Amino acid sequence: MTRISITVDGVRYDDDVEARTLLVHHLRDRLGKVGTVVGCDTSNCGACTVLMAGDAVKSCNVLAVQADGTEIITIEGLAGGDGSLHPVQQAFHDRHALQCGFCTPGMILAAVDLLAENPDPSDAEIREGIEGNLCRCTGYQNIVRAVRDAASALRGAQVAEPASAVDGQMPGTPQAPPAVPSEPESVPVEAVPRPVP
Amino acid sequence: MIPAAFEYTKPSTVDEAVRALAEGGEDARVLAGGQSLIPMLRLRMAAPTLLVDLGGLGELRGVRDDGDALVIGAMTRYADLLRDPLVRDHAPLLAQATATVADRQVRHLGTIGGSLAEADPAGDLPSVAVALDVSFEVVGPGGWRTISAADFFVDFLTTALGDGEMLGALRVPKQDGWGTHYEKFSRVAQAWSIVGVAVAVRRENGTIAEARVGLTSMGNRPLRARAVEEALAGAPATAEAVSSAAARAAEGADPPTDVWASAEYRSHLATVLTRRAVVAAGGIHAS
Ligand SMILES: Cc1cc2nc3c(=O)[nH]c(=O)nc-3n(C[C@H](O)[C@H](O)[C@H](O)COP(=O)(O)OP(=O)(O)OC[C@H]3O[C@@H](n4cnc5c(N)ncnc54)[C@H](O)[C@@H]3O)c2cc1C
Ligand code: FES
Ligand code: FES
Repeated sequence: MTRISITVDGVRYDDDVEARTLLVHHLRDRLGKVGTVVGCDTSNCGACTVLMAGDAVKSCNVLAVQADGTEIITIEGLAGGDGSLHPVQQAFHDRHALQCGFCTPGMILAAVDLLAENPDPSDAEIREGIEGNLCRCTGYQNIVRAVRDAASALRGAQVAEPASAVDGQMPGTPQAPPAVPSEPESVPVEAVPRPVP
Repeated sequence: MIPAAFEYTKPSTVDEAVRALAEGGEDARVLAGGQSLIPMLRLRMAAPTLLVDLGGLGELRGVRDDGDALVIGAMTRYADLLRDPLVRDHAPLLAQATATVADRQVRHLGTIGGSLAEADPAGDLPSVAVALDVSFEVVGPGGWRTISAADFFVDFLTTALGDGEMLGALRVPKQDGWGTHYEKFSRVAQAWSIVGVAVAVRRENGTIAEARVGLTSMGNRPLRARAVEEALAGAPATAEAVSSAAARAAEGADPPTDVWASAEYRSHLATVLTRRAVVAAGGIHAS
């Protein structure tokens, strides 16, 4: 057993864990943070994505002992204390960027991570930024729109730009889907896990 | 699946790490970012008795300017490489190839040392390392020694690291004055390359003075396309000369046939991607 101390969604937890425990299992089974889900057994789908020390990681591909001393943010820690949704959550809601919702926690955290580094991504940059996250339902169109909206909402919040000056509208406002450029859509097919010897 | 049980230690100096590896014996394994090792543990394709986590070794993380080369610590993560101004300015081929590896999540944890020590011929950085003749600084019970890129990659997932040795740093020659390009073909997002080609070209007046070409996924280890390099040396910097040199990209290679592609397809792809990569690296215009 190894003693680890991690802060999850603002609360510090000290636990003895087996070294082989995956971070996602520690979060779900020990700490009850079941908002983080497991979608595959091959580290491909990204459903289990959390922020570790500020960076998106696949929590099924991290040992809990590797997270010792870090701060973790899961989907359960994004909303404000008053229950107000994070701008990325709000944009996913407004844009209907989910169907079954299984990919959503990871997709939202991947988007939060991307926007922290690139506050104004192009559609191509959004698609590339979330390439580690697979969605089997939506076809990605509304996810990309939601990330675009969230980006302008976050930029607006930072520099207090008037909503009319940014691409898209503030979250929460009813809106018609924007004219979508007729670019060819690349729909990631679930990658075959790399065969191991 | 859940990995089989193992012991775990997280040393805080290189000396401690070397000692822990020695004490752990042949079933001890180094843990870097875990992005290749943890999937193997979960599939129980690897079952070490001890993991020596290098995550606490700050001395092995970061990029340093050392005259005509950059010295990059083995524990420097992909994401660190992409943000590093020295890498951007002096090792653009490494930066470009790194940007194509996996996805943001994997790049936040995976390290340059792990990607090279894994020695996967489908990995993007091994072919860059052979193309640039990167030197591998390794440390073990006998102290430090240097292994050349040509000698480091021995076979599929097999390196020249001896018992109890680990990779400490990479010496990457600066590519000042060279044009470089990494051309990767993969079927879908976040997929491994079907073939990748890493190229560095030095031009003099109207000719190609020197070229280096590394191949990903074209054999049991990362390869140099020597026939192409020889054909390009001293050749005119024209599209025709590049095409005829690139046609020899698969000479001496032994590409695998797998679920993604046949060996024949890979050989063809290697010629096409090599042509594109040399054209881009050398700034060659269609004539
Ligand atoms: C979904 C997914 C997609 C991927 N796609 C790509 C891709 O497109 N291209 C690509 O190149 N790679 C890809 N990878 C693999 C990725 O690049 C790995 O991160 C990398 O190969 C290993 O680096 P690591 O630091 O995580 O090493 P680890 O997984 O920790 O270690 C890998 C191996 O190297 C050994 N090792 C690590 N560090 C040292 C050291 N300093 N000295 C001695 N031995 C050491 C370990 O013992 C282990 O055997 C992908 C991985 C995943 C999960
Ligand atoms: S559950 Fe972690 S990547 Fe699929
Ligand atoms: S909404 Fe079902 S997988 Fe994305």
